[in-house]
Amino acid sequence: MEATYIKTKKDGRIVIKSGNKGDRVLKGTIVVLSILTVISFFFFNYAGLELGSAIRETAYNLKVMFLQPALSTISLSEAIYQVGVTLSLAFLATVIGAVIAFFLSLMAATNLSPVWLTRIVRVFVAFIRAVPTVLWVLIFAIAAGLGSEAAVLGMLFHSIAYLVKAFSEAFEEIDKGIIEALQSTGAGWWHIVKSGVLPSTFTYLLSWIFLRFEINFGVAVAMGAAAGAGGIGFDLFMASSFYFDMREVGFITYAILIVAFLLEVISTRMKKRYFPASSN
Amino acid sequence: MNEKTMRKSRWQTVIFLLIIITLTYLSSIITSFSFADGLATIPEALGWMTSNLMVTGESLDKLPNILEKLAETTFMSIAATTIAAVVSLFLGVLGSKTTKVNNFLSVFARFIASVSRNIPVVAWSLVLLISFGQNSVTGFLALFVGTVGFLTRAFIESIDEASQSSVEALTATGATYFQIVGKAVIPQCLPQMISWVLFMVETNIRNATLVGILTGTGIGYTFDMYYKMLDYNAVALVTLTIVITVIMVDLISNYVRKVIL
Repeated sequence: MEATYIKTKKDGRIVIKSGNKGDRVLKGTIVVLSILTVISFFFFNYAGLELGSAIRETAYNLKVMFLQPALSTISLSEAIYQVGVTLSLAFLATVIGAVIAFFLSLMAATNLSPVWLTRIVRVFVAFIRAVPTVLWVLIFAIAAGLGSEAAVLGMLFHSIAYLVKAFSEAFEEIDKGIIEALQSTGAGWWHIVKSGVLPSTFTYLLSWIFLRFEINFGVAVAMGAAAGAGGIGFDLFMASSFYFDMREVGFITYAILIVAFLLEVISTRMKKRYFPASSN
Repeated sequence: MNEKTMRKSRWQTVIFLLIIITLTYLSSIITSFSFADGLATIPEALGWMTSNLMVTGESLDKLPNILEKLAETTFMSIAATTIAAVVSLFLGVLGSKTTKVNNFLSVFARFIASVSRNIPVVAWSLVLLISFGQNSVTGFLALFVGTVGFLTRAFIESIDEASQSSVEALTATGATYFQIVGKAVIPQCLPQMISWVLFMVETNIRNATLVGILTGTGIGYTFDMYYKMLDYNAVALVTLTIVITVIMVDLISNYVRKVIL
């Protein structure tokens, strides 16, 4: 052990604060984010903005939306049907995505696959994640035509990327002993997956899938509005951008809100039931 | 585990799978989604992408314009996230079980978070578009509202998880409320919070594209414009620049996360 070295400043005063790297990076991040925020206000495009009247109008619109919701261009049964369409789009993308993600994540988990394969899958997934969902949907829409196929395929990509990350992390946390025990009995790779990996992570995977379904519902609404994928999102877009009917916008928003709340409650319940320890 | 329970759990699995398959089938009927068409589309789409989505020299001329819009969008997302983080910090402290001032404010903070999170960003941007018009402020506000909802929920959870014992210790020394929050709660949760903020910056850059398409601002509008002009080389370039930006932000935030957590 060498004697503790006392750091001094140029004028001889002893340095009493010595932050570690984590602290410095943390502070640096906050400073950089704050500076970028200030700069960004100079980058904004303020074309045609009249703040005072805009705020007043928005307040009025919000009041009409939330206090006097009503349907005018579509009927109630039609609205419910369109919510069903949106839910179905989300469901399809989630289910198909979960199946594909399961196999991909087996390839991405370091304890189940060779390193080179995990790297390839991870880079592939990172690329998919970086392209916004709406761009995937629009790009597929050119090849497949506007419709449910383009929407589901576009949403599928992000669902796969999200679930592969979650699943492969779950697989990597499996007790080594389980895999070793199965290997010593002479079980093949597929046997290990089927009787060791799947049973010990199944509930965990399920709650991730449900969480993704919750996210996909929101995404499906957005795709309806921005990419013409149908469902309640498209009606929302028409009501606000073509008919300027704030009451209908309000009604549709309430419908989306109720479904989103229900999904959130179910997924919180599932999380509490299946893994109460790590609830984030 | 005896034979009986094994048989029972096998039955449960079968029923569960049947329900999933039925729901999938119903969904595909409602949306008139055909698996065969969907499968057939993938090679077609990939072929189309490789032959048409190519960055050519001609489209590179548009790069300065695209980069300017991209910078606007990136700055907009960062500003929305940072300012939302400040608001969420207050709401989070008010909403958390360990640091709440009183029950009413706690419920109020959670209610605001829940509503602004569950109303989709689409609805916010469409409503704001009507009166704010086509400019960055619309996109900024739409992202801001959604981010406040998400971050408040995340912050409440981090505060709840982390600070029970240190709050107790400081209460025992007779520290005031502000001393407790400032000296114990926030320093302890800060790394976790910054990690959430960075995650949200990345998410918001992607969301900003969507908001841009809806409100006619930033990179989303640029994409939409070239898309509708059928200028697919420029579309490829826009997509590429977004991908590079998101991956860069992702790498930076992964580095920061690794150091601070």
